[in-house]
Amino acid sequence: MDLQELLEMGKQERDRQDLKQTRIRCCTAAGCLSSGAAAVKNSLEAAVTVANLEDSVEVCGVGCLRFCGRGALVEIDPHRILYEEVTAENAPAIISALSGEERNQEGLPVQGDRQHPFFALQMPIVLENSGKIDPERIEEYIAVGGYQQLHHVLMEMTPQEVIEEIAKSGLRGRGGGGYPTGLKWATVAKMPKGQKYVVCNADEGDPGAFMDRSVLESDPHRILEGMAIAGYAVGANYGYIYVRAEYPLAIKRLEKAIQQAKKYELLGSQIFDSTFDFKIDIRVGAGAFVCGEETALIASIEGKRGNPRPRPPYPAESGLWECPTLINNVETLANIVPIIREGSDWYASIGTENSKGTKVFALTGKVCNTGLIEVPMGTTVRQIVEEMGGGVPDSGTVKAVQTGGPSGGCIPAEFFDTPVDYESLLKLGTMMGSGGAIVMDENTSMVEIARFYMEFCRGESCGKCVPCRAGTVQLYELLSKFLDQQATHADLEKLKALSYMVKETSLCGLGISAPNPILSTLRYFSEEYEELIQQDSLNGKVTV
Amino acid sequence: MSKIKFATVWLAGCSGCHMSFLDLDEWLIELAEYVEVVYSPVGSDLKEYPEGVDVCLVEGGVANEDNLELIHLIRKRTKTLVSFGDCAVTANVPAMRNMLGGSEPVLRRGYLELADETPQLPYAPGIVPELLDRVLPVHEVVPVDIYMPGCPPDAHRIKATIEPLLKGEKPKMEGRDMIKFG
Amino acid sequence: MSVRTLTIDGQPVAIAEGATILEAAKEAGIHIPTLCFLEGVSAVAACRMCLVEVEGISKLLPACVTQVAEEMVVHTNTPKLQEYRRMTVELLFAEGNHVCSICVANGNCELQDAAIKVGMDHTRFPYRFPNRSVDVSHPQFGIDHNRCILCTRCVRVCDEIEGAHVWDVAQRGTAAYIVSGLNQPWGEVDACTSCGKCVDACPTGAIFRKGTTTAEKQRDRAKLEFLVNAREKHEWTR
Repeated sequence: MDLQELLEMGKQERDRQDLKQTRIRCCTAAGCLSSGAAAVKNSLEAAVTVANLEDSVEVCGVGCLRFCGRGALVEIDPHRILYEEVTAENAPAIISALSGEERNQEGLPVQGDRQHPFFALQMPIVLENSGKIDPERIEEYIAVGGYQQLHHVLMEMTPQEVIEEIAKSGLRGRGGGGYPTGLKWATVAKMPKGQKYVVCNADEGDPGAFMDRSVLESDPHRILEGMAIAGYAVGANYGYIYVRAEYPLAIKRLEKAIQQAKKYELLGSQIFDSTFDFKIDIRVGAGAFVCGEETALIASIEGKRGNPRPRPPYPAESGLWECPTLINNVETLANIVPIIREGSDWYASIGTENSKGTKVFALTGKVCNTGLIEVPMGTTVRQIVEEMGGGVPDSGTVKAVQTGGPSGGCIPAEFFDTPVDYESLLKLGTMMGSGGAIVMDENTSMVEIARFYMEFCRGESCGKCVPCRAGTVQLYELLSKFLDQQATHADLEKLKALSYMVKETSLCGLGISAPNPILSTLRYFSEEYEELIQQDSLNGKVTV
Repeated sequence: MSKIKFATVWLAGCSGCHMSFLDLDEWLIELAEYVEVVYSPVGSDLKEYPEGVDVCLVEGGVANEDNLELIHLIRKRTKTLVSFGDCAVTANVPAMRNMLGGSEPVLRRGYLELADETPQLPYAPGIVPELLDRVLPVHEVVPVDIYMPGCPPDAHRIKATIEPLLKGEKPKMEGRDMIKFG
Repeated sequence: MSVRTLTIDGQPVAIAEGATILEAAKEAGIHIPTLCFLEGVSAVAACRMCLVEVEGISKLLPACVTQVAEEMVVHTNTPKLQEYRRMTVELLFAEGNHVCSICVANGNCELQDAAIKVGMDHTRFPYRFPNRSVDVSHPQFGIDHNRCILCTRCVRVCDEIEGAHVWDVAQRGTAAYIVSGLNQPWGEVDACTSCGKCVDACPTGAIFRKGTTTAEKQRDRAKLEFLVNAREKHEWTR
């Protein structure tokens, strides 16, 4: 394929879409599918046929429409009418309402408010195509400019220039660490020529986080294009997407996308007749959270037990099969195409001084509006939780929001005016993490939350290093002792001491960050621990 | 000079630690000049653990209701409680029953499954103390002041631990001679 | 070959580039405790006993895999390290069923030695009493998972030196255990050459040579009868 053919293909698809007056977009990401989206789409198609509107109305499946808590979601172009909690029974009413005459008729689902801050405060860059295009059709991706940036970098930029562009954009790793992406790319690029790899880390595993899943399900080609650009920049000709088996739909759509891209020679040998070859394979994880840790992920791709190993050497130096390997998270790679397209200055103009661009959060928990939000860095926690999220249902009080999953901590309500960026969250004792944001109300026991995450880490520890394997078990037991109201002040000291020990001595990020939920809740909600402490009797506490 | 009130107690253990204590041989005579033995299975015949004990060596883990009651009494009435030997410090061999997960399966294993004839579960409330679900080291039940591991701690270690206590000092529990388990 | 000079616990050391802090400390006669480290097989930095402090670096570094650097200033035995090492050993004791008094390795065990070294007179963490198994299906050897600390020395020695790869780790977290073959009884694993290297590598009594356990010592059941006869019937010979 050359550029001409690519542009022609895009034009044909746009023309095809323009033939229809109305485009009914049904969310077919995993969230809405679990609310019956497949049946909704089928019955909408049937209703179109019954109404004899096939020539003017198209029903298509698209990616995530964000408002996951109100699925199944259906949006109708050109007026962008959003219907919430749609069921198959609503289909005839939706179709007959298209004429505009029977708007108030019964059987029509609730109409969403697109002006609500939940939507209005979003800034879609990563999710720009999400909910708009059919993720299973490469034509639709190409119709919105897909693969043009790959062509652009191959034809008009040197690898060095690509890396500089990414570096200047200020993009940082969205997996949680926030390592400067440009620097990572430059390191891999600087390694001597030879076999190198690009790996997309799609092993999203934090409880409550589903950003990466949505991106993969909604816009898989964007990841492929981003990986290919990364491959060109660092001198790699092979990419792996490591995706967890719990995401079957994402895997299916990725497989389909790779097949389509190969068919049109957008992946493979001599892409756009250049000298650049790039192939992508999928590796499906078997359900271990620790495989999201990069050295464990590498071991897993190599077919070994997914155990982390000490770094250095870092994967950039010695990764897959000891070759230099670039590992980026899904959301990081999803940012590459827009950065190349709009330029690094544009990207760097969004966000805060040290955190550029946007961040996708999965907003969940005790909050009215749950779903996916993409906001510019620097948006305050209050805007996210109270304005976009609409606060706690039934006029409850927000107590805190947990970010960073089992590696993170909580932000208590008094700090809600903090702008969200990497550094400010670290200062609060939590972390950006991959983007889970779980809202807690005044009824939430923070000790119980700490124990929930410790239970998770205890179960997900690979068992290699002692502090993580045995320490998380003891931390869990200690927290249980508090919740059983059997703990003493000595136990509180022990809890702190062991938390610091596990944090400082564990081998990989899982163990290092495992005590964070404890340390964070101790920092802001120590009175909850104190309240659970039994009066220390002279004899100490019997635990039989 | 008033004598130190000295006690030794035997909970769930094999009495090996007490045998080792008796290995102190002639030093026991010297010890007797410093201490008044107020309670001990090998040194006195008192049934009630007295008040105001200065030093008590506790052998054995806490395995049944009697042990539990006694260890609380000991803690209340004792200045310096020494966890004496591995069973007291780690629960050791008696605790190997903990792997069966509770007193009920332990009794069934011992009195029913392994019985040669007339299998029956022992039940004599008020006479035979009930087993606790788990055998516990002493410090998991009450605070302990000094740990003297060993199975058993040999006489030298016992002497080196007691001697400073007689002078009101804390022994230094360090190194192979003092804290090797087993 | 170039040489690096560094300071370990205030003592200057010169050693070849590429050497680890552990090697440099050994050269200087400074003992850093280890458990999973075994000379001759790859280092995995799993037990965290050999963590040291390096000035200018906020993280604690495992001495067994961290290469020396010019003018590095290393502290191997700070109060914090001492405390963390003791906690590590306590966690290990609490995690398994380490009953020294009945163990084949009593008096000859690296875990026991480590406990003495770090001054562990008791563990502050409650014992877990896991229900673990013993596999004595192999004609010469046995493995008692109760005593295993998952150092994976056996795994590495079998894979890297004997080349048989009989051992590996199964499951994860606290459920992790050393597995033979495809989770078969050890005696049924064809790949095992019965070389016994894992027995030698094991730091505790987990992998042992049969016949060395207390339970297997020979019993002379006829002796009591002999004694009774000797006393009562004056029969002095058997």
